[in-house]
This record gives sequence, structure tokens and C-alpha cells, in this order.
Amino acid sequence: MEYSKGQLISLVLLRLAIGWHFFYEGMVKVLNPAWTAKAYLLDSGGFAKPFFDWIAFNPSLLAISDFVNAWALTLVGFFLLLGWWVRPAAIAGMLLLGMYYLSHPPFPGIEYLFPIDGNYFIIDKTMVELLALGVLLSFPTSHIIGLERLFKKSKPS
Amino acid sequence: MDQEKDKNKPGGFNRRDILKGLAAIPAFGLIGYGLFKEIGELKASRINLLGNDDSIIPKGAPLVLQGETIRMGIVGCGGRSRYLLKALGFLHPDRIDEYSEWARTNKYWKEYMEGFFAQDNLNVRITAICDVFDKNARLGVEIGANLHRNGSGGDMDSAPKRFHTYQELCASEEVDAVVIGTPDHLHVPVVLEAARNGKHVYCEKPLSWTVEETYEVRRVVKDSGIIFQLGHQGRQTDSYQVARSLINRDVIGKISLIEVCTNRNDPNGAWVYDIDTEASPETIDWKQFIGPAPWHDFSLERFFRWRCWWDYSTGLSGDLFTHEYDALNQILDLGIPKSATASGGIYFYKDGRTVPDVLNMAFEYPDRDLTLLYSATLASEKKRGKVIMGHDAYMELDETLLIMADPKSTRYAEQIEKGIIEPHKPLFSYVPGQDRVDAITSPTEKYFAERGLLYTYRDGKTYDTSHLHLREWLNCIRKGDGSQPSCDIDQSFEEAMTAHMGTISYHEGRRVYWDAASEKIV
Repeated sequence: MEYSKGQLISLVLLRLAIGWHFFYEGMVKVLNPAWTAKAYLLDSGGFAKPFFDWIAFNPSLLAISDFVNAWALTLVGFFLLLGWWVRPAAIAGMLLLGMYYLSHPPFPGIEYLFPIDGNYFIIDKTMVELLALGVLLSFPTSHIIGLERLFKKSKPS
Repeated sequence: MDQEKDKNKPGGFNRRDILKGLAAIPAFGLIGYGLFKEIGELKASRINLLGNDDSIIPKGAPLVLQGETIRMGIVGCGGRSRYLLKALGFLHPDRIDEYSEWARTNKYWKEYMEGFFAQDNLNVRITAICDVFDKNARLGVEIGANLHRNGSGGDMDSAPKRFHTYQELCASEEVDAVVIGTPDHLHVPVVLEAARNGKHVYCEKPLSWTVEETYEVRRVVKDSGIIFQLGHQGRQTDSYQVARSLINRDVIGKISLIEVCTNRNDPNGAWVYDIDTEASPETIDWKQFIGPAPWHDFSLERFFRWRCWWDYSTGLSGDLFTHEYDALNQILDLGIPKSATASGGIYFYKDGRTVPDVLNMAFEYPDRDLTLLYSATLASEKKRGKVIMGHDAYMELDETLLIMADPKSTRYAEQIEKGIIEPHKPLFSYVPGQDRVDAITSPTEKYFAERGLLYTYRDGKTYDTSHLHLREWLNCIRKGDGSQPSCDIDQSFEEAMTAHMGTISYHEGRRVYWDAASEKIV
């Protein structure tokens, strides 16, 4: 796929921004041993609430979920930033965001204790980021700007 | 374009390849700096005010002591006693059918029934029932027979015997211990009768209806050597036990004021209960209901809504303040105050009642340098918690416990100045089921703690406090070494006298005093 300069810059900036967001969010959780998603899970709403409550109330499940969540965020961010294994990273990132979205869907009639920084109806920032990752899946850039460029060149096609 | 130029050059990187391939590397430097700052702040905010002292958290429920089956008589079999029967493991078979049906579609009832079936077996039998209202007695008999927690049609044990007077029940050879759930004016007469017959007693609060009988009941209970427990199940509330430990560790500093409140705003909360259609002079032994109270002609209103009349009730002070008082007496060993001042009136429920629906009382403890304030209304549900105000922090108590630092605290001055402790934000939280108490750090945790949802007590096994309170009493009976439960007759005496001081002050419109030397209200 060939891009104009403007298209390329926009797409790479989008990839770096999402990667940055994921990586930072993940690392803060990884580096804070006291962090747990328990309260967030308990505050979940909507039709999938029983599932998230089930995790929150099950100590071993919660420990696994906390571990996977923190490291998945970190690794997704890491690969998006580097521009390496971007497709699997983007898919994993979309799955994570899908879970966050389902735990706190911005549907009318559901109230959350956790403060929400805006007004949303069906579409919220989580969903927008999820869709943006979809854009990155369809418009890859890491073979132009990213580690993939080097790997690709090192093995002749 | 760049792609075009590089396309045909497999292997071998030029400078441009390296730059574009590693374009994001500087980003890691910046992110690393951000993380370094963030984690540094996190570490600085992790304060360990309690050390690693985990003795603060109550460790589960004490086991049910093994021993002989205890045979129980129930005196007064209305709503409260039926609740206690459930806490003992006995529910009416029809209720089991009904609640199980509701549990199919309703989460609350599902948890309610699961909790009931999971409740430990206390190894008791209900052998005797006494109630002046035929319907309540009949229900009591049917509940008492349901030893195996079955629905209707299930296997029942032998039915308890109905006695028509509490005197006969207390004299029965078939009874080891008596649970009293009568109106207030009958508490002491039944306790006296049971104690004189050597029966152990679990009596609903408050202990007494008049000052005079309070001395007598204390003397008789002590002389008889029975095991006595007053029904303040708050004694089993985890957060009160944690509060006591934290205050003993001087976490909130010198306490000068305690504020406790009652706020209700519905007829049920104001004691305007439904009148049963089966009730009539034929089905109610009215004379026995009146007992020591002044004579009044048969009245269904007075029978079912007895809490509204001083003739049978102890009003807000005896009925609701005592809950608050006993919690604080448990936490702070307050004892009987030096003085009490009360005011209030019948301001909302102008339904012929004689007890006030708004009551404010101030109790002074000059030896402790503190005042205990009670404020109640039955016509507003504005939530006002139990607040213990110390110089360094204040403690809000409910089923959960929160401690907020005071901006002008001496103890926390340094941490407040450094920004480690934020005044008016939770410094500690405790919610039953949580396995640790310590300073709260993250903004998310603070946010949830303020709303009591950090950890819910559905986590882990939950116990009905009334069940635990009865269990503690039964364990003392089984021990047989004279050990008394937490709300024994001395604690009950303090509860009753404190409540009476408030009531007398309200009636007489003056400040009343406790003369500790002569143990008299003057």
C-alpha cells in the first residue's frame, strides 16, 4: 500500500499515540504491586456485569486477570510503538478495549460510581480507540516506519 | 517516494532505514521519564501507619462449641423473634417455599436463601413457644418444628409446646434457655421469671422499661448465675471491632465529640405497623399483654404499634439510641454518662402517639473530656453517619469504616504538609471481608472507599450478626465456666441507665445527672 506523506504521518502518529497510551497504562500497573482492577470490575454495568463480578469475587481469577491485563497492555503498547508484530498487537489491543467497553458500556440507564469524563451515548472514547486500532490493522505502517522495515529488509523476499 | 527507492534493495540498511526503523526509540526515553516520576510518587504515598499489625482484623467467626442440644423457649413470637429464629436456623416451611420461589428470579432472595442454608447448625431445638396472640404462637410452633430447614410437606421435627403464659414456659422442664422478644415493658418481668427458674436468657434490647426494675434485674441475673446476653447484635459487627483497635492505636487522636443519629422516613420506621386481620379480643390475651403497664381498654393499634406509647415502649431513646450507644460503649468503654439533656417532640406523626418522633440528646462525659450527641427524626431519611471526632482525624462508622485526616491534625501534620496525606480523603477504610486495613493511596481506591464500595462484604462468607450474637451466647452456655457473652448484664445495665437518663430529661425538661457513688439518676 502506498501513502502520501500526509497519510503516512497521520497513520504513524496514530499508531505511536495508541502504543504510547497502552504502554504507559500497562507499565504503571506492572510497576505497582498493589494495583488491582477489583473496584473497577465491581463497578461494571450492563449485560456482561455478572461475568466481571464473577472475576472480581474470585481471588485466583482476579489475580490472573490483573496479571494478564497489565502485561497485555504493556506488550501491545510496546509492539505498536516499535512497529513490530503490529497486526497481532492491534488485534490483542482491540480485544482488551472490547472488554473495557463491555464492562462499562455507555448505554442509557446504566449508572457508574466511577466518574466519567464526558457525556457518552453508545460510543465512548474506548470504542473510538478500538475503531482506531481497526484503522491501523487495515493501513499498516510499520514496514515503512518501524522495526518491521529492518526485519523485512534483512530477509530477502 | 521513499518506498520506491528502497523497494529493490533487499538486505543492507542505509542510514534512512535505520532512522525509520528505530523511529519510536526516543519515545521510550520520554515514557521512561514519565514512569519514573509516577512510580516515585506512588512509593512516596505508600504510608504504613499501622506497621504490619494485622491483629486489627477480626479473624472469622468463632466455632460452634460442641455439647448437648440446648432446648429453647421463645417468649413473644412476633417479627423480631421470628428473625431470631431464622438466625438460630429455623424458618417457616411456607416462607422457605415462598423465598425459594423468589430466589429463582431475584438475586437478593437467592443470596438470602443461600445464606440461610449455609448458616452453621447451632445444635438447638425449639421446645416451647409463648405468645399472647394466637396467630403468632401458631407460627412459632410451625417454625420451631422445622428443624431440618425444609419447605412445606418436608420432614418436620416434633412441634414445640405452646404455653399460654411466660411463667409456665419458664417453669417448664423442657426448656434450658429463653429468647425474649416481647414489647419493652415485658422484658424485665420475663427475664426475672426465667432467671429465677435457672434458664439462660437472650433478651432483645433495651434491657428495661423503668429505672427501678433495672437494679432488680441486674441483681437477680447475677445471683442466679445464668448466662445473659442482651440482643445488641452490633457487638458482632466487624467494623466496630476494627474501630476499637484503631482508636486504641491512637489513629484519630483525642476524641472530644461523638455524633450518632437515627433517620427514618416511612411508616414502618416510625412504628406504624400493619394490623393483622386475625387479631381480635378473642385471639389476643390482652390482660397479659398489658402486664405491668397502666390499664387501657383493648386496642389493636396499641397492640401492634406498641412502640408509639410510653405505656409499653421506651421510645427513640430505648429503641434506637441504644443501638448507637451500645456500639460506642463497645468501641470506647463509655459507661454511664455524668449527665444528660434531651429535647424533642411529636412533630410529624400526630397519630395519637405519646413518644416523640424527633429527639435530641446530649450526654456529657467530663472524665473522658467528651460529649456524645444523639439526634433523631422519624420524618427524614437524610443519611448522617456515626462520627467519632478526634483531633487528628474523624471516623465514620457504618457496616464499613472510614477515617479521614483532619487538616489541622498534629499527628499527621508532616505528612499533610508533604502532600502524602490529603485531609478529608479516606486515610483508612475497612469493609467486612477485606483482609487488610491500611492507608489508602490510589485515587481510584479513595473514590470507591468514599462510597463504601472498595470491597463488598459479599466477598468471603458473610454472617448474620444476630446469628453470631446468639452463637456467642450459646457457646458461653456450653462452656459452663461462668464466662459471659459480650453484651452481658453489666453492659446492659449501662445501656439501660443511659437511655433512661435521656428519657427522664425529655420528660422533665431538665438536665439529669448520674450519681456514680449511689448508682442513682438525680
